[in-house]
Amino acid sequence: MSQVLSPPHLDVDRLIDDRRTRVIVCCGSGGVGKTTTAAAIGLRAAERGRHVVVLTVDPARRLAQSMGLSRLDNTPRPVPFAEPEQPGASRDGRPETGREGGRGGGWGHAGGSGGVVPPGQHGDNAGGSLHAMMLDMKRTFDEIVEAHADPDRAAQILANPFYQSLSSGFAGTQEYMAMEKLGQLRRADEWDLIVVDTPPSRSALDFLDAPQRLGRFLDGRLIRLLVVPAKVGGRAYLKVLNAGFGVVTGVLTRVLGAQVLKDVQTFVSALDTMFGGFRERADYTYQLLRAPGTAFLVIAAPEPDALREASYFVERLAQEGMPLAGLILNRVHRSPAARLSAARSLAAAETLQAADDQADAAVSASPNGAPHALTIAALRLHAERMQLSAVERRVSEHFVAAHPHVPVAEVPAQPDDVHDLAGLRAVGDSFFAG
Amino acid sequence: MGHFKHAPAPLVWCGERLAASQVAGLRGYRCAGADSLQGVSTRDTDWDGVRLHIVTGKGGTGKTTVAGALALALASGGKRVLLIEVEGRQGIAQVFDRPPLPYEERKIAVAPASETQPGGDVYALVADPESALLEYLEMFYNLRHAGKALNRFGVMDFATTVAPGLRDVLLTGKAAEAVRRKEAGRPLYDAVVMDAPPTGRIGRFLNVTSEVSGLARVGPIRHHADTVQKVIHSPETAVHFVTLLEEMPVQEVLDGVAELRGLVGGGIQVGGIMINMVRPMELSASQLRAAETGSVDEHELGIGLKTAGIDDSVRLAADLAAELTEHAVAAVGQEMQRERLAEPAQPCYDLPMITDGMDLGGLYRLAGALRDQGAA
Repeated sequence: MSQVLSPPHLDVDRLIDDRRTRVIVCCGSGGVGKTTTAAAIGLRAAERGRHVVVLTVDPARRLAQSMGLSRLDNTPRPVPFAEPEQPGASRDGRPETGREGGRGGGWGHAGGSGGVVPPGQHGDNAGGSLHAMMLDMKRTFDEIVEAHADPDRAAQILANPFYQSLSSGFAGTQEYMAMEKLGQLRRADEWDLIVVDTPPSRSALDFLDAPQRLGRFLDGRLIRLLVVPAKVGGRAYLKVLNAGFGVVTGVLTRVLGAQVLKDVQTFVSALDTMFGGFRERADYTYQLLRAPGTAFLVIAAPEPDALREASYFVERLAQEGMPLAGLILNRVHRSPAARLSAARSLAAAETLQAADDQADAAVSASPNGAPHALTIAALRLHAERMQLSAVERRVSEHFVAAHPHVPVAEVPAQPDDVHDLAGLRAVGDSFFAG
Repeated sequence: MGHFKHAPAPLVWCGERLAASQVAGLRGYRCAGADSLQGVSTRDTDWDGVRLHIVTGKGGTGKTTVAGALALALASGGKRVLLIEVEGRQGIAQVFDRPPLPYEERKIAVAPASETQPGGDVYALVADPESALLEYLEMFYNLRHAGKALNRFGVMDFATTVAPGLRDVLLTGKAAEAVRRKEAGRPLYDAVVMDAPPTGRIGRFLNVTSEVSGLARVGPIRHHADTVQKVIHSPETAVHFVTLLEEMPVQEVLDGVAELRGLVGGGIQVGGIMINMVRPMELSASQLRAAETGSVDEHELGIGLKTAGIDDSVRLAADLAAELTEHAVAAVGQEMQRERLAEPAQPCYDLPMITDGMDLGGLYRLAGALRDQGAA
């Protein structure tokens, strides 16, 4: 019945210690803790001596602040980090005293060797460094245009209404630009490890598909055809094309209106010099993702939706020949008292409740009300946690059964939101403790 | 089943301690506190005039599940409700434990009848922009045959994925059409529930006209967008936010509410805040304070465990104390988030955490919770 499937353990430290690892892509569906995981991996890698840049897309405000990213300026910024003075805080499963957690984010404490870093990696950050940046997709798109067109033409493109909607509105632009930025960072070669947090999207696969979709469109047949009338201006040329084209422009004009077509045509003619560029860039990034030195980490929470997405992603990566390092299972509920089952815990709570009910007439003995109120509450909460943990395990086992060879690392649920370096370290430590 | 397996436990809400029985009778309480709790008759609901319910929330908050539960809740009393999915994830099929659904309105669930009220029907539609575009072309231009040619030239790609706003207007347009559709002189659906994109995209998604205006200043698409816009901005439409009591989802609710209220050309009606996966508190205020700072009375726990006949009571007491502390820290954090949710001054609804695995039974329980609190 309870045949426990145990997947191979994902050794995150080995991954980040391996100097051949140059790019780590964190992907997964929305709300599973991708950003936090990417930041935690970046910090840990930096503390273990790597020169790291974390490319994040949409961080929680406080997390962003704790990483010095209050501004969205599309440029990697150095994140000062040092071992905390008081190792052990929030590391043993108990919260730190005071929920302010690490005052000022726990950054900036000078030196001090902590017990955090695993043996052999002590104290001095091992010479690593950490940069972080937040993606500004419009800025990135603008920069591509500026890099590829002469100033006049670039200005023309940037002012085009169609371009403006495209660069800030298209649901795939963010994915495309995240991948574009990754390519740029890789080419710059200033960091020996790039950790990418993929955009929050409906499905984990979007960031693989969207760049190509946009590239396909921008380089595609439609856009070339649209630009033809503007360039050749001749019906004669159109006749050479098959009759389908007439239908297409006819429909587009009727549905969208002539103005839209005109905007698109202007945009496309201005973009003329960049033809091929978009597709090439998308292809370059795609190849980069397949290159040795790139590792994908699929992030999930122990919930059916998130793990279903994770499954799709694992399958898709295999299909594309992209290297999967493993699955990080976030927010796993564990209990230090797992030896007490949910059933026994509930039974005990009932026993005590019955005793309390009987004694009810007597007194309210304990300062907390009924004599066993505290124990009853603890037992019920424990039972609930055990149930939750069992459900999570069951859900996770579906994934493991389908992908028995994918290494897995579990990150226990943090009682509090992660919003500072200490919190990120705690997450990082759980990879190590795994 | 049975989420609350034990006797009704005391719950702490907004700093107030309430009995669970009281809670069950709550109607969309304003998050501010117990003083604004209003007892209302069981007949009318908080959203009586609303026919298009748009459900958004941060990814991972259980948006689709809550949309499903809301559709079920709205359907009870002999109503007919359409649940629309727009992100192509087949989430509705998962939630209702069905095989993948096509682009077609089909009945997927029946709301339970009570002694006084008949059951109702929930229909589902998985709307994808391509099908919606083809349907649109056929409906307005009799142009379905053009689809093939459009595909060949990548126009479908263009229209449904690349052209900003167009994709969205096709999807919202489908919902607006369903709301307005009539049969024998009366609306075909009593209510339409849309499982909408995540909060980060909701303003853009719903602000159809301005999105499309970047693209089409005049012309038929613009006209279509204007019609859709009218429906979305009418009092017949409300946008509900699903959240957990965690920092980021709550932040997204606050940002989303502000965004909808601040839209140019008149705001969009903000609906309820559905707080998902709420866990019972179990601890009194003083116990909570003690536990939060890590000073649980282990001795008392040990005695209790021993009385209950559990071995190893000393070590177990220490472990359970650690668990209590984690729970308390989380609970205090959650209460802080709950206080933040008071800011928009919108009705809040609590949906219990289903600890034993979410399934169809759980969905009906959530629907019941929504009805009990007056959301539907």
